[in-house]
Amino acid sequence: MPEPVVKIRDLRFARGNRMIFDGVDLDIYADCVTAIMGPSGTGKTTLLKLIGGQLRPLSGSIHVYGEEVPHLGRQALYRLRRRIGMLFQTGALLTDIDVFENVAYPIREHTRLPEALVRDLVLMKLEAVGLRGAARLMPSQLSGGMARRVALARAIALDPMMVLYDEPFTGQDPISMGVLVKLIRELNDALDLTSIVVSHDVAETCAIADYAYLLSDGKVVEHGEPAALRESSSDWSQQFLKALPDGPVAFHYPAVPFRDDLLQGGQH
Amino acid sequence: MLDAIQQLGRVTLGFFERLGRGHLFLLQVLVSLPGIVLRPGLVLRQVYSVGVLTLVIIVVSGLFVGMVMGLQGYNTLVDFGAEESLGVLVALSLVRELGPVVTALLFAGRAGSALSAEIGLMKATEQLSGMEMMAVDPIQRVIAPRFLAAFLSMPLLAAIFSAVGVYGGWFIGVGLLGVDDGAFWAQMQDKVDLYDDIYNGVIKSIVFGFVVGWIALFEGSDTLPTAEGVSRATTQTVVHSALVVLGLDFVLTALMFGD
Repeated sequence: MPEPVVKIRDLRFARGNRMIFDGVDLDIYADCVTAIMGPSGTGKTTLLKLIGGQLRPLSGSIHVYGEEVPHLGRQALYRLRRRIGMLFQTGALLTDIDVFENVAYPIREHTRLPEALVRDLVLMKLEAVGLRGAARLMPSQLSGGMARRVALARAIALDPMMVLYDEPFTGQDPISMGVLVKLIRELNDALDLTSIVVSHDVAETCAIADYAYLLSDGKVVEHGEPAALRESSSDWSQQFLKALPDGPVAFHYPAVPFRDDLLQGGQH
Repeated sequence: MLDAIQQLGRVTLGFFERLGRGHLFLLQVLVSLPGIVLRPGLVLRQVYSVGVLTLVIIVVSGLFVGMVMGLQGYNTLVDFGAEESLGVLVALSLVRELGPVVTALLFAGRAGSALSAEIGLMKATEQLSGMEMMAVDPIQRVIAPRFLAAFLSMPLLAAIFSAVGVYGGWFIGVGLLGVDDGAFWAQMQDKVDLYDDIYNGVIKSIVFGFVVGWIALFEGSDTLPTAEGVSRATTQTVVHSALVVLGLDFVLTALMFGD
């Protein structure tokens, strides 16, 4: 068994008094698409930020390419981040420059390539996400789905070794969604990437993932190949993967009984 | 009673914690300043948006403040037959006090609030996080150029304010109320000292540019990434800048002119 490129052990992280992760173990292997799924609010985005070193855990270890991320100094962390691309949920495009300049941004910041080569690289990345024609649009002129695709082009601009996808499928129309799903898989295979896809779009994510982790209440509930997870005997996994309304995951946020709330007569 | 003491303790601790964060932020900005010398384009763009775009409000305000000074000064001085000293009165008031202070207040309202809102929104839309993940230091690329632009623009804007104000006073005093033109300028030239008056005014405006830039950028960076957070940051920038500028003005005036 090869050594994982991301190795997380006994990860604990809290926001205020609320534990987000309480003893999470997780391995991500090179050249694989690994899905991290779970209901909203389980800390999936937080996990990506911990891997990228934007947050520090309370305890536990996060090794990325053999480096202990929480202990890295700024220079070392920035060196590591150059090998990682991240697609933010909102796109996080710089709003004062156009699409072309957004994709060119990391190339210009980290390399001294001639302008003609920068142009070719940017157009190649934009062509890959189907937005070469939108190169001169400003981010405010893009739909949410288009902004996410530009952000994907930017995330792969420097040909990273690993790409972190934060909810890449949210807000995509069916055609873009299909293209994007295929694109993530093809990029992973063609560029020998390691991909971590955080999502709650079960069908799309399972279709391209080699391996999946299911998170809930600060713990890994189950992990394995998507096909095996679908056959899992766990009630939790069945409810989540098959989108069933009843099961161990409550739809309602914890509250006093509805009847008591109504009979209080407007008192809080 | 206990609740009140607890609340007081919490507010005091919160205040000092924020003050500490503000100073750490300033330290990070100052450390990154040498790095942006190699990227003058970043600073020039900000000098345009922070300085040049504030020019209109500075010129118009300077003109009116100078005109009011001319009118009020004339009405007072004429009783003593000293209306020829109007030039000195207008120039000293503007160069020593009104130029740096009013410019700083206008600068905080126009440019400071814009800086806070811009940085706050960049934070809310994850643009700063996105830069960090691209291994680009947002302090160096976004904050430091804006800070330097504020620092460079303030003394220039204050100088323009004072110059336009003097012409406003001249227009009212000499142009409309009949003060002698030669006396207006000659007395000004005689009584306004380069070191005591002009340099001290410039030092004031440099200090104000420093603190307004610091407050605006810190408020934007330290805010909650929500619409309410951005709105609060812009308001606090204007309120805190105004208070700090007026307070510092007293301290600086006491140090410079309080023999």
